[in-house]
Amino acid sequence: MATPRALILRAPGTNSDEETALAWQLAGADPETLHVGRVLELPSRLDDYQILTIPGGFSYGDDLGAGVVFAARLNQALGDALTRFRDRGGLILGICNGFQVLVRAGLLPGRSGVGNATLTNNDRGRYESRWSRLAPKPGRTPFLADDTPIDLPVAHGEGKFLTDPQTLQTLQEAGQVVLTYVDESGHPTDAFPANPNGSMGGVAGLCDPTGQIFGLMPHPERNIDPLHHPKWTRRGPGTEGDGLRIFRNAVEALKA
Amino acid sequence: MLWHLSISPHLHQPDRVGARIAAEAIDLGLNGPWTVSAARGFLIQGQATHEQLAEVAARLLADPVAEIWSLQPAGSSPATLSGTLVHVFPKTGVTDAEAETALTLLTDLGLKLDAIRTIKTYQIDGPAHLISTLISRLLRNDAVEQSIIGPLPFDRLATGKSYTFSLITLPIRTLDDASLLHLSKSGHLHLSLAEMKTIQAHFSEIGRDPTDCELETLAQTWSEHCSHKTLRGKIDYEGEQIDNLLKQTIFKATKDLNLDWLVSVFEDNAGVVRFDDEVDICFKVETHNHPSAIDPYGGANTGLGGVIRDPMGTGLGAKPICNTDVFCVAPPDYPFEALPENVLHPKRILQGVVAGVRDYGNRMGIPTINGALVVDPGYLANPLVFCGTIGVLPRGMSSKSVAPGDRIVAIGGRTGLDGIHGATFSSTELTAQSQIDSGASVQIGNAITQKKVLDVVLQARDRGLYRSITDCGAGGFSSAVGEMGANLGASVELSRAPLKYDGLSYTEIWISEAQERMVLAVPPQHWSALKALCESEQVEATDLGEFVDTGRLHLTYHGETVADLSMHLLHEGRPPVVRKATRPPILASAVPLPECQDYTPDLKAILQTWDVASKEWIVRQYDHENQARSVIKALVGNESDGPGDASVVRPVYGSNRGLAVSCGINPRYGRLDPYAMACCVIDEAVRNCVAVGADPGRIAILDNFCWGNCERPETLGSLVEAALACRDMALAYKTPFISGKDSLNNEYTHEGQSLAIPPTLLISAMGQVPDVTKCVTMDLKEPGNLLWIVGQTGNHLGGSHWLLVHGRSGGFVPEVDLEAGPPLYRAIFAAIQAGLVRSCHDLSEGGLAVALAEMALAGGFGVDVSLRDVPCADEAAEDAVLLFSESPTRLIVECKPENANELAAIFAEIPVGRLGEVTAEPRVTIRGLGKSEVLSAPVAELKADWQRPLKW
Repeated sequence: MATPRALILRAPGTNSDEETALAWQLAGADPETLHVGRVLELPSRLDDYQILTIPGGFSYGDDLGAGVVFAARLNQALGDALTRFRDRGGLILGICNGFQVLVRAGLLPGRSGVGNATLTNNDRGRYESRWSRLAPKPGRTPFLADDTPIDLPVAHGEGKFLTDPQTLQTLQEAGQVVLTYVDESGHPTDAFPANPNGSMGGVAGLCDPTGQIFGLMPHPERNIDPLHHPKWTRRGPGTEGDGLRIFRNAVEALKA
Repeated sequence: MLWHLSISPHLHQPDRVGARIAAEAIDLGLNGPWTVSAARGFLIQGQATHEQLAEVAARLLADPVAEIWSLQPAGSSPATLSGTLVHVFPKTGVTDAEAETALTLLTDLGLKLDAIRTIKTYQIDGPAHLISTLISRLLRNDAVEQSIIGPLPFDRLATGKSYTFSLITLPIRTLDDASLLHLSKSGHLHLSLAEMKTIQAHFSEIGRDPTDCELETLAQTWSEHCSHKTLRGKIDYEGEQIDNLLKQTIFKATKDLNLDWLVSVFEDNAGVVRFDDEVDICFKVETHNHPSAIDPYGGANTGLGGVIRDPMGTGLGAKPICNTDVFCVAPPDYPFEALPENVLHPKRILQGVVAGVRDYGNRMGIPTINGALVVDPGYLANPLVFCGTIGVLPRGMSSKSVAPGDRIVAIGGRTGLDGIHGATFSSTELTAQSQIDSGASVQIGNAITQKKVLDVVLQARDRGLYRSITDCGAGGFSSAVGEMGANLGASVELSRAPLKYDGLSYTEIWISEAQERMVLAVPPQHWSALKALCESEQVEATDLGEFVDTGRLHLTYHGETVADLSMHLLHEGRPPVVRKATRPPILASAVPLPECQDYTPDLKAILQTWDVASKEWIVRQYDHENQARSVIKALVGNESDGPGDASVVRPVYGSNRGLAVSCGINPRYGRLDPYAMACCVIDEAVRNCVAVGADPGRIAILDNFCWGNCERPETLGSLVEAALACRDMALAYKTPFISGKDSLNNEYTHEGQSLAIPPTLLISAMGQVPDVTKCVTMDLKEPGNLLWIVGQTGNHLGGSHWLLVHGRSGGFVPEVDLEAGPPLYRAIFAAIQAGLVRSCHDLSEGGLAVALAEMALAGGFGVDVSLRDVPCADEAAEDAVLLFSESPTRLIVECKPENANELAAIFAEIPVGRLGEVTAEPRVTIRGLGKSEVLSAPVAELKADWQRPLKW
C-alpha cells in the first residue's frame, strides 16, 4: 500500500496539531491538518484518509467539560461518516483532549452493554504536567505492537478514567485496556505520582472492540526525539523517542 | 422562563471544590469548622422546555458518571439542605465564555434560548458571623462577580443599560488650575497639571473645547504606562542633566555594541534577534501588577494573554513558542489579622496568579518554561506579576508599514466594558478604595478566542493579507490605532466595532481594554480574502475605517465627529516631565560572624525559604512540554524535581539549535544598593543561561523595572543607579538589551502612609545554544566525579539569605567584577562544548552550601567537599562566608576524573578551586578551613526540607 494519509482534525482551541503532524510524518505517513469546519461542511472529505487523529488541546475551551463540545459537533454531523471510516479499516487516534472527545462521542470504549465511562477531574484536583511510565498491551490494537514500557508526558486536569467496577472488568477481559500507568516494578498502579490522575485500574489508554480506535491521555507526539526525554542528560540520548513507535506501528499496520 | 441547572459531584465522588474552600477558609484565619458543598451550574433563559433542557443536561452539560444534576425554575428553594445557600455569578456585562459556548451549542441543537449565565452555588455550614467574610474573601471577586444569599430573587437575567448618543464636550478653556486638576482626578485621567495646561492651551488655540473622547485619548497616550514619561523624561540627577534616561543608558549600550545579530530592538512590541538562516526570535516581558492586586486570577490571566499578543504583533506576526512568569508576593504565611484594609492575602494572591497563568498558557498551547518566585513583605499591597513570551518569526518579516488607504481591521474578541481605564489605573498608586473603584479596569481573558486569532494571523501573514499588525493592549483601540497611524493619520467609525452588549458610549468603545483583539492594516484588495479566512476559523473581523494621509486622528460615531486630534499633539505634544533625583545612600556595613561549628541548621533554614524552596507546585500546573520543543526542562534530575538553572527549547523543528531561557531578580540587594543589585541580576540571568550551555556571545536580555513613586527624588535616584548599571553591564558583557518595560508607582497608600515595593529589576535572558546535544543539567551524575568551584568568593552577605534566616541586616551587597564575568563564562561555554562538564549549577541565593545541596538532591547522590581551595578574597576566608556568601559570577562544575586535566587547562586563566567529589552515599558533607566538618546532612532530609514550604 502507498503512504497512508493521516488527517489531523483541529477545532477552535486545539493546540497540539503541529507536533502531531510532525510525528505522523516521521513515522512515514502523509499528514494533513484540517479545521473541523471543513469536514463538517463536507463529511466525504474523510474518505481521502486512512488515519484520523484528534490531537490535544482545549477544543472549544473545554467549556461544558473537556471534549464535550467537539464530541457534540462530531456526533451532530459526522456520526455516520466516522462509523464508515472505521468500517472500511481506517484508524482513529485520540490524544489527550482527543481521547476525551472520543469517549464523550461514545466511540470509546464503544462496546454495547457496558456502563458509562468518563474521563474526569484528576484525583488531586488540578492540572498536572509530568512524565509517566506506561505498559502497552500488544495484540489488540495496531497502534501497540510490543510490550516494552514507554515513557510519555501527561498534561491534563481531567484525565481520570472513571467507571463502575463491572465495566472496568469487562473492558479488561475484552482486552480493551491497552495502556496502563505502571510503577517502577512495571505493575499497573492507582498511586500518585506513577498514576498521575487516579485512573481506575491505571487506565491510560483504551481501544474499541475492533482495536482501530485508540485513545490515550499521555502525549506520544511529545516524545518522538531522544532529546525529549527528561533524563537524557543523565543516561545519554537513545536512538528515538518512545512515542514515535505508536505512530510507526499504525503506519506499518496499514502498509502491511 | 429562567431555569437553574445545578450540577454537583456525584454522591460517591469527592466534592473537591467544597473541600478546598473549607481548607482555604482556615488558611485565611477564618476558624471553622466549615462544611462547604459546591455546585456549578447555568442560568438558562428562553422558551426551551424542561424536557428539552433535561435532555441536554443529561447528555452534554453534566458528566454522566462523575456528576448529578437538577433542573428547577430559578428561585426555587432547595429542599433538604442545611446551612447558608450562596449563589455567585458574573456581574452583568462581564465576559462569560462558557455561557457563550453553551448558548451557541444549544441554539445550534435547535433549542430556543435568549441568554445563559454560569452560576456557582454553595451550601455552607460554619460560624454564622464569619460567613459574609468567607463569601467576600473566598467565593466572590467583587471586581467581576456578585453574590446572593438565599434563593435567587429574580426570574430574568439582567441586561446591560442601553446607550443613547450625545456628544460630550468639556469646557476646559476657562478652568483654573485647581479645576483642571479636579477634572483630571474625577475623570480618572491621571494627567498632571502641566499636561492639563498643555491640552488647555492647545484647545484655546484652535478655538473649541475637547470632547471627552479626545481628552481620554490624550490621557491614555500620555499615561506613564503607554509613554514611559519618567524614564524618557528629563532628570536632574545630583546636578547632572539627563535628557532621556532610557536613551542614554540602556538603548545607548545596545546601540554602541552594534551587534550584527540584532534585528529590531526597542522599536516593536517585542525585541527581535537573528536565530538561524530561516528564523528570527523575539521576546517581550510585561507586568500586570495592579490588576493582579485586585483580582489575582484575572490579572495574571490577562497579563499572560496580553504579553502573548506582543510577539503576535511584532513584525508581521510571530508564533509564540514559550512563556515565562515571575511572581513577587509577601510571605504566604503572613498573619491574616495584620493585612491592611482591602488587601488580599498573599497566599490567595499566589494561588490566584499561578492559576491565571496556568489557564491562559495551557489553553493557548504555549508552554510556560521558566520563572521565579520572590517573597518579601514589601510586596504585601503591591504584588508583582511578570509574564513573558518568546516568538518565532520567519526572517524578513520583522518590519511593517502602513499605507494611506489601508483598511483598519480589528480581529478577535468583541469590545465590552472590561478594562476601561487600565492604562491610567496602572500608572497610579493603589489605595483601599482601588478594590472598589477599579472593577471595570480588571479584564477578563478568554484564551481560546486568542488561540483562534493566532490561527488566523499566521495564515494571513503567510498569505500576505496585511501590511502591519499590532495588539490591542493598554488603551485599547486608542493606543493600537493611534500608534499604527502615528506617522500618517487614521479615520475610524466607532459604531462598527462589534460589542459584547449594548450600552457602550463611543468613548468606552475607543478606550476599552477588552482582551484578545488585534488591529491590522489591510490593503483594500485583500480585505475580502482576510474576511473569508476569519470566517473559516470562526473569528470575527471588522473594518473600522482607514489609514489616511492627513496627520489627524478622526473618530466618528454613526457619522458624527466625536474626536479630531492632530497626531502630532498626541505623540509629540506631551510636555516633558522634569524630575529631580538624588543618589540613594548605599547601605553597607560589616556583619559580625557567629562562633559556630555546625552550619547544617542554617542550610536547612535557607532551603525552606520561599525563594529557594522547590517550585514544583507551580511548575507541574503548567504544561511545559507543549509544542514538543523542550530539551532541558525546568525540573531536572534523577526524579525530575531538581531546580534547573534555565530551560532549553528548540525553536525550529528538525534543528538542534536551541534557546536557553532564564532570569535574574533580587529585591533584597535592591534595597541596599540599586546599582549593585542591577549588576547582580544581569549577571545571574546570564549565568543561568551559560550554566546549561548557552553561548555567552549570543545572549539577549530584557529589563522590567518595577519601582515605587518616582516623584520622590531618592526613589528616582535609585532607578537612575539601576539604569546606569544596566548600561555598564551590557557594555562589559557585550550582552544587549533588546526590549523592556517599566511599572512605576507601585505603592499603596494606607492611613496617610505610603508602602512602596523594594526596587525590583527583573532581567530575562534568552541565550542561543549552537547544539542542544551538548546541554548540561545541574543534577549530580555519577559518584567519583570531581567537583570544582569556578569564580571568586568575596565577603558578600548583604541581602543574603543567610542573614535573612537569622533575621539580621547589614553586610556588603554582592558586587559584580565587570572584567571577571566575560572570560569566565566563555571558559564554561568552551568546557561544555568540549563535553567535559557532567553537571553545572550557578551559585545564587544561599551561596555555595545551597548550590551543593541542590545538586545533590536533584541527582540523588552525595558530596564530600572542602572549603579549603575555594578561591576567595582575604576578608572572605571564613567558613560562614565561604558557605553562604552570594558573590556573583560563580558556578559549580562536575567532571569525570579522567577529564580533570583538560578542564583545568580551559580554566587556566580564571579563579577555580577543587571542592571534592560526588559520593554514592546520599549525604552532603562539607569540611571547613579548619578541616573539620562544618555541615553534614542526609540528602533525603535536605530534600524534604526544600520541598516542604510549597507542598500545597
